[in-house]
Amino acid sequence: MQDNIILAGVGGQGILSIAAVLAMGALSRGLYVKQSEVHGMSQRGGAVQSHIRISDKEIQSVLIPKGHANAIISVEPMEALRYVPWLNKEGWLVTNSEPYKIPEYPDLEDLKVELERFSNHIILDAGKLAKKAGNKRAANMVVLGAASPFLSLGEDAIIEGIKTIFSPKGTRMVELNMDAFNYGKEIAIKQVK
Amino acid sequence: MKNPNIKLLLGDEAVGQAGLDAGISGFYGYPGTPSTEIITYVQRAKISKERSIHTKWSVNEKTAMEEALGMSYAGKRSMVTMKHVGLNVAADAFINSAISGVNGGLVIAVADDPSMHSSQNEQDSRFYGKFAMIPVMEPSTQQEAYDMTRYAFDLSEKVKLPVLLRLTTRLAHSRSGVITGEPKDQNKLNPPDDTHRFILLPSNAKGRYASLVDMQPELVEISENSKYNKFLPGTDSSLGIIASGIGYTYLMDNYLENKNPYPTIKINQYPLPKKMIRELFQQCDKILIIEEGYPVIEELLRNNIFDDGKVIGKLSGDLPRTGELNSDIVAKALGMKIVDDLSIPDIVKGRPPAMCVGCGHRDLYDELNFLTKEIGKRRVFADIGCYTLGALPPYEAIDTCIDMGASITMAKGAADAGIFPAIAVIGDSTFTHSGITGLLDAVNENSPITVLISDNYTTAMTGGQDTAATGRIAEICRGLGVEEEHLKLIVPLKKNMEKNIEIIKNEINYQGVSVIIAQRECVKFYKKM
Repeated sequence: MQDNIILAGVGGQGILSIAAVLAMGALSRGLYVKQSEVHGMSQRGGAVQSHIRISDKEIQSVLIPKGHANAIISVEPMEALRYVPWLNKEGWLVTNSEPYKIPEYPDLEDLKVELERFSNHIILDAGKLAKKAGNKRAANMVVLGAASPFLSLGEDAIIEGIKTIFSPKGTRMVELNMDAFNYGKEIAIKQVK
Repeated sequence: MKNPNIKLLLGDEAVGQAGLDAGISGFYGYPGTPSTEIITYVQRAKISKERSIHTKWSVNEKTAMEEALGMSYAGKRSMVTMKHVGLNVAADAFINSAISGVNGGLVIAVADDPSMHSSQNEQDSRFYGKFAMIPVMEPSTQQEAYDMTRYAFDLSEKVKLPVLLRLTTRLAHSRSGVITGEPKDQNKLNPPDDTHRFILLPSNAKGRYASLVDMQPELVEISENSKYNKFLPGTDSSLGIIASGIGYTYLMDNYLENKNPYPTIKINQYPLPKKMIRELFQQCDKILIIEEGYPVIEELLRNNIFDDGKVIGKLSGDLPRTGELNSDIVAKALGMKIVDDLSIPDIVKGRPPAMCVGCGHRDLYDELNFLTKEIGKRRVFADIGCYTLGALPPYEAIDTCIDMGASITMAKGAADAGIFPAIAVIGDSTFTHSGITGLLDAVNENSPITVLISDNYTTAMTGGQDTAATGRIAEICRGLGVEEEHLKLIVPLKKNMEKNIEIIKNEINYQGVSVIIAQRECVKFYKKM
């Protein structure tokens, strides 16, 4: 069993929370996990990414080699494309469609064309679904939900991760993030069909 | 299933947890990426309060180093943490602590930042370890970061020397499951009897230095027998490999399915184990050195004058001389194929970091930039903090960033040379770190400089740590002798812009030291007390 996942987005979009959920989920199943983070200067609105590797065998490098990620999970559409050299041929590209703009941001139609070039892709309006769950900031859990059918780490383990990470903030937060996760998952299943 | 003693920890956090479990009485440090989370972790730990462990931030790395040495002098275990460039600030105390030696175990945890994710250079702290002639530990994994930190304390007390623990960004800022051990009690208060060794008068220091030199073979011997340096036999002697620290994981990532055929030495402890390396040299035709950071081991082992090509690595060009390693880079050096068929689409644009919306530094720079139109080209000397991002568009408001505190002192030097106006921009935490002494230099000569202290009540760049003088900056400036009529407080908000520009303009035109404190709480981290 092995997952090599790249999480992408902009500083402040909750990349580290996705990483924490996956890592805690993996640990709860007695699996090995290594996960890199970005701290410091890039967190100020810069591009941030996290590599997360989960396996039933011991993991060496914390960084995923190019062409070896089975999923890119992104909270921002242009950021999803920044890491495609790491995606393997059968890998999934799952991204929020809502842009976090900068002055030279690409045309949205061009961006869509680039994203759709990947046969295994899920593009969804995660912010809208997160709002429906109760808070726009839960867009990170929506994209995680949308990626969940394509990960080796089972849904139960991910849900356990969500509970572990959000329960210190109260049951309401757990429910909200669970709803966000489920909305994302439903869309992905629908899109694949 | 889940091991109950397993914790999901960053490398930094594993070091903090190991310190707590090793019976430390005091953590000292100054925030700096990628080292910050060692202390933020122990500050949150319940046990720190229960055991009255010191975890408060110090004013800078030098004060932290000396405070930790003081605790060690008293017989207790202490740790000091900093980023690589912080060790430059602490270097005086650091080098001399190897001459005096320690009493309670003292570990200096330094996190290097190859690839300069959040730094000004790639300096490798292992050089400092060699310079000070002390043992260095360089873990490869989070588990080893925990285990080796505990080992480092025992080693420090055994050899009565400080021990340097070298981390690198990817280890410090990656999480993994870490199995923790039984916590140890703190040492009892036990000041030394042989106090002369802490008095580094030349007459004492000469003897101490000689014994440090004499100890070196013993340190090599300890490395030789350490479980943290391993000789791993191989079947193909056309190549031998020496891989240190996180470099070892990048090597082994390429041998997940097939066994590594080459005899390999895994290095996690310095000074280097000579016998082991001699054996590798005798067995193998070529030696590939894989190390994160500078080519420290490679330089020691290769013959630079009559290079016979036996030792390869960063200096031979088989590995890149700058930037971090990864398993792809190592695969190429091993002659393996890597997957590299997709490139980043052209429509993807760079997304550099920026100051937050609602940040007071932004308004201050707007005011300063407005003045450029009026007074023409002015030189703005800045240094290190979120306000360094003012160098990037659309602000492009600063002209220098060299090191902590260099804003005020470089402005003074430039003013001495005749540059006018010479303006310094410095944050509150950087001001207390190393701006105060430079301001005293300027006051003593009434140098024509204008110092803007952009005070956001926190150490924001590293995640919002306490600052040393919140609410007391003006008082400190007065105490240094800044004239009352040239010490101004402003609030950098849009509605005050006109008024603030007038104040800044008047002070720039004053031919002496002016200090303007721009106070506005950090939009991201400041929490109301």
